Amino acid sequence: MREIRFNLLLLFIAFNVLFSPALSDLVIHKLDRRIDLSSQIVRTTTSLKVENNGIDTVSDILLPFPDHRAKNLAYLMATISEGKGKTKVSSGSLPVRLVNPEGMPPALSWYAISLPKELGTGESISLDVKAVFTHVLRPFPEKITQADIQLLAFQDGAYYLSPYIVKVQTLTVKLPEPKVESYTKLENTKFSGSEIKYGPYEKVPSFSYSPIVVHFVNNKPFTVAQELVREIEISHWGNVQVTENYNIYHAGAQITGEFSRLDYQARPHVRGSSAFKNLVAKLPPRAHSIYYRDEIGNISTSNIWGDSAKTLLEIEPRYPIFGGWRTSFTIGYGLPLQDFLFQSQGKRFLNISFGCPMDEVVIENLIVKVVLPEGSKDISVSVPFPVNQSKETKISHLDMVGRPVIVLEKTNAVPEHNQYFQVYYKFNSLSLLSEPLMLIFGFFFFFVACIVYMHADLTISKSSASYMAKLQWDEVQTAIQQFQNIMNRCMAVHDKIEASLRDLSRTGDVQACKAARKAADSLLKDLSKELKPLLSFLQSSPQAVQILSKVEELVAKEKELQEKLMLKHSTVVDCYEKKFGGRETENRVASVQQKIALLRQEVDDLFEIIDEI
Amino acid sequence: MVAKTEKSAVDLLKSPGMTSLFKSLKLKTKQQELLIRVTILFLVYVLAFITRLFSVLRYESMIHEFDPYFNYRVTQFLTQKGFYEFWNWFDSESWYPLGRIVGGTLFPGLMVTAYLIYRTLQFLRFAIHIREVCVLTAPFFASNTTLVAYFFGKELWDSGAGLVAAVLIAICPGYISRSVAGSYDNEGVAIFALLLTFYLFVKAVNTGSLAFALASAFGYFYMVSAWGGYVFIINLIPLYVMVLLITGRYSMRLYVAYNCTYILGMLLAMQIRFVGFQHVQSGEHMAAMGVFFLMQVFYFLDWVKHLLNDPKLFHTFLRITVTCAVGLGAIALGVGTASGYISPWTGRFYSLLDPTYAKDHIPIIASVSEHQPTAWSSFMFDFHILLFLFPAGLYFCFKRLSDATIFIVMYGLTSMYFAGVMVRLILVATPAVCLISAIAVSATIKNLTQLVRAKSKASHSASGKGTISKASSKGSLDQSLPFQRNGAIALLLGAFFLLSRYAIHCTWVTSEAYSSPSIVLAARGAHGNRVIFDDYREAYFWLRQNTPPDAKVMSWWDYGYQITAMGNRTVIVDNNTWNNTHIATVGRAMSSYEDEAYDIMRSLDVDYVLVVFGGVTGYSSDDINKFLWMVRIGGGVFPVIKEPDYLVNGEYRVDKGAAPKMLNCLMYKLSYYRFGEVTTEYGKPPGSQILYLLGMGLSPASTSAYISMVVVKLIFIKNQIWTKS
Repeated sequence: MREIRFNLLLLFIAFNVLFSPALSDLVIHKLDRRIDLSSQIVRTTTSLKVENNGIDTVSDILLPFPDHRAKNLAYLMATISEGKGKTKVSSGSLPVRLVNPEGMPPALSWYAISLPKELGTGESISLDVKAVFTHVLRPFPEKITQADIQLLAFQDGAYYLSPYIVKVQTLTVKLPEPKVESYTKLENTKFSGSEIKYGPYEKVPSFSYSPIVVHFVNNKPFTVAQELVREIEISHWGNVQVTENYNIYHAGAQITGEFSRLDYQARPHVRGSSAFKNLVAKLPPRAHSIYYRDEIGNISTSNIWGDSAKTLLEIEPRYPIFGGWRTSFTIGYGLPLQDFLFQSQGKRFLNISFGCPMDEVVIENLIVKVVLPEGSKDISVSVPFPVNQSKETKISHLDMVGRPVIVLEKTNAVPEHNQYFQVYYKFNSLSLLSEPLMLIFGFFFFFVACIVYMHADLTISKSSASYMAKLQWDEVQTAIQQFQNIMNRCMAVHDKIEASLRDLSRTGDVQACKAARKAADSLLKDLSKELKPLLSFLQSSPQAVQILSKVEELVAKEKELQEKLMLKHSTVVDCYEKKFGGRETENRVASVQQKIALLRQEVDDLFEIIDEI
Repeated sequence: MVAKTEKSAVDLLKSPGMTSLFKSLKLKTKQQELLIRVTILFLVYVLAFITRLFSVLRYESMIHEFDPYFNYRVTQFLTQKGFYEFWNWFDSESWYPLGRIVGGTLFPGLMVTAYLIYRTLQFLRFAIHIREVCVLTAPFFASNTTLVAYFFGKELWDSGAGLVAAVLIAICPGYISRSVAGSYDNEGVAIFALLLTFYLFVKAVNTGSLAFALASAFGYFYMVSAWGGYVFIINLIPLYVMVLLITGRYSMRLYVAYNCTYILGMLLAMQIRFVGFQHVQSGEHMAAMGVFFLMQVFYFLDWVKHLLNDPKLFHTFLRITVTCAVGLGAIALGVGTASGYISPWTGRFYSLLDPTYAKDHIPIIASVSEHQPTAWSSFMFDFHILLFLFPAGLYFCFKRLSDATIFIVMYGLTSMYFAGVMVRLILVATPAVCLISAIAVSATIKNLTQLVRAKSKASHSASGKGTISKASSKGSLDQSLPFQRNGAIALLLGAFFLLSRYAIHCTWVTSEAYSSPSIVLAARGAHGNRVIFDDYREAYFWLRQNTPPDAKVMSWWDYGYQITAMGNRTVIVDNNTWNNTHIATVGRAMSSYEDEAYDIMRSLDVDYVLVVFGGVTGYSSDDINKFLWMVRIGGGVFPVIKEPDYLVNGEYRVDKGAAPKMLNCLMYKLSYYRFGEVTTEYGKPPGSQILYLLGMGLSPASTSAYISMVVVKLIFIKNQIWTKS
């Protein structure tokens, strides 16, 4: 590394000589550079004032980065700043594109900021350029033990690398803690608090380079997600389900030697200061059904706090993550649909944030999948920065053709990419009903099939003995059912006769009683007529042999009961007509009454026996 | 609570109140009964499922214990790679460096079942994870078992007994212990298959139907594919047939049922690679074959008897034939055994017949807690009132002896014996105990309700007839005993009380004893909050994420399946204890001095050693507790290791007064490494805060491994402490 740096330095000196006149039309009047090293992500903010001293108008401002740095460039944004000091207002970001200007030195990557309007001769403009780099900080030493603190080395140039002449420039390096092992001391270097200041330097020619190295303490977590797959599934039943699969490692100094959990547990800040124990995800408000698990099950160490502005989810991996260790897990949560899904011009659109909800996590490979409901059409995506797009289908619960999935891929994502993006699509609300309808029909057909099965005759051989027997048995059963019905009606008639007798004793209306008797007689006659074919059928059927005797017994007993009842009736009526006293009547009837009770008992028993068969 | 309503529903069925209620509906009696029966069965089906979900609700949807992790891993493999890959799978991740031919050394029934359920659900577009299917397979099959129990009970006695059997088996702790959600083990489906086979066989014997015999053979095939316990079936059925033959109950029905089941079942069972030709080659299966030939002899004799009308001639003929047949059989068996064609009985089989056998000859079987003889308390725990109902049921069975009841009596008695020999075989006895108890309950309640109903009817009809018939109705009453009705009601209430106690007991046992995944432990914290001890998975996940993919982990065999399934790393030995020598080598390494152990481990290519130590939190089932078995098993193969060396006056001690060999062996050193420091540093053992210590490496200068889970990296041992002298 050192050698490369040295070579680069030589190159730059050569460039100074060779190329400086070519781009000298633009001059940077004043440049303030601020490098923020307080986390694993290096953020540089450069405010520069550019003046056109040439004859031609200029529309682009070129920003060079060394190649090795450019490949770690995660985010670059330029804005025009107006006003001064605290009243500075930044307007919208300017378009930045990768260019390849001719005749420039190798090993540099060039970005061009397109100005909103061309810069004429003598005009000047103030710009703010924000660049975010990942994987730039190098742990030194590379391996530490559990008890050690983590030291990092950062290298950069004291002068701003620029193809233009810089008149006045300063550099501020902000450290996470006011602890520094060493730093390159140039002229005008100041170390105060947790900031190192270089400059101001005046009249620095283009492509000047003066290396600086800062070696400092940083125990901030170096959480890097090797891969993060976010799946956002829209359900029009009112839920946006987000599932995030993390594959995380600690990109800081690797742990060497042993790890003692007990020591860590006892004094986590001394024995394990470089490790991180938990991660905090800032989820949208009203997030619900939150879970946190991995391949082997639920992880029970997590906490949630929520208010109206956000939901905070604190998760602890199964073990503290030391340098070089990795872990993987999944978190998932549901969000209310109305917060994220809107309608415009006949289309629906999802408006949701792109990146990871955790702070200061570098994502090497971020894949965002948006699963739209089945039957969505005319899908289009709008993302504020370039991403790779592709399409998939996912088959989920009760899907016929699968749900369209938009896959967005972004490498080297940082929290700055946590911006809202939109997915537009058309969806007919009626298709919502298709799945419940499918279920309803599924069950309906199942029941219909059951009914058909119960009623259909699936016997193959219709002439087999067992089949015939079964048919006959069915017939016998229906016959017995009818028989029972008739018998029950007989018993009902008997009850009526008894009732008429009771009425008689109360009202003394002999005529009514006689009429009831007549009606009962005719009814019983009808019933016995109905009974005849049934009995003859039962007698003829071979299947009914075992039950026949009981049936016949029941018929006989019923007849007897009927006779006795009639006898009783006529006796009582007779007594009434002859105006006998109550006691007299009772005496006359008593013997018959006893028999009736006995017979009734027997008939009941027979009923029960037939029932059981 | 559900259990209770269930129970009362059964009682209500027989109570007069319910029938009168249904009479008001316009349904025929038959339909009413069918409706009630189907409703009860459905409720029992649901109950059997949901009572097994305690662990899912209390913890999570996860696989329990040890063996289920292997089954789960195999199922995952099956779903990812397909059936043929699975059938030919050589697993290099276990039994390093030997490996294991998984396809040929397991019973695939469970995995294939789960796979088929999974594929069916996928086909029906239910996108659920295979883990959920695996977790819920056992409860699902438990529900199915209740249905089989109903039909079996109906076949044995009547539909009332069937219903009671279904309810009893749905919540019987003896069965629940092996079929809670997450207990993804062979037994989960095997009990279903076992009962189904028995039911179909009894049905075949009762009807003489070829179709049921065929179905029984398929049931047997499923059982063979699912569990090694099929040996019980293949010995019980011949025994039953023998008993029928001896008691003179030979019939054509029996002939058809047994021959069809045996021949087809045997041929089908040979398709399972793990079983192979054992049906014709192993001593354990010979009884079935012998009975098969005996049946032919019986049939032949029957035919001859039919031809010969002279009984004297027939008796002579009988004597000659029986002597010849028995002689031939004996000679064939003798020749087969002598020539090695028929293998003798295995140690496991012996240990079933003789409870003391394993302790003397096979320490590895004896070392497993579920292979211990059963204590009375566990019978009481697992069966509760069924233990008292069982003899009563036997009485009813003997009172109404038939082919079917003879079967259930034999099943009950033999399985009860085996349940006494081994704790885990309580499972096999459970269906029999439930069925026999159901007969007792059903018959008793039926008798009692008949008494109650008879009286109520008499009094009802008496009051109906009003004042006139008062005197006459008395005549029919006085035939019965005094206070009979009250007695019957009291007994019914007693039965109801007992059954509800049973339901309460079962629910309590399920929730307290059988619903713990054993891999996650839960305790109550100081403030009554639940503290989860998830150390096992923490260590396994660390292994999975932070060790090289080809790392070899040495641990005692208990943790083998879990390390391969959750840690995804190669292990030296695992719970499939097929190679005793290999396990003994590990046992020897654990119980040797450090330098010797180091050589052994190097020769096994070990990178990591995993030791479980519960000394800090008071977790009792750690490796120090199991250490004597390591010594015994190691010593069984390597006489260098002698058990007395580790004991002081025959006593196992781990404190200052422990034996010197004990104090210097690898296991002790790893477990108690700098343990003294913990106690002096804190004054007393730290509480629940300190869960465990994940140690990577051991170095004398710094802290390291002594809390419950220790993963030691061997490389460091080599470099830093164990410089060999």
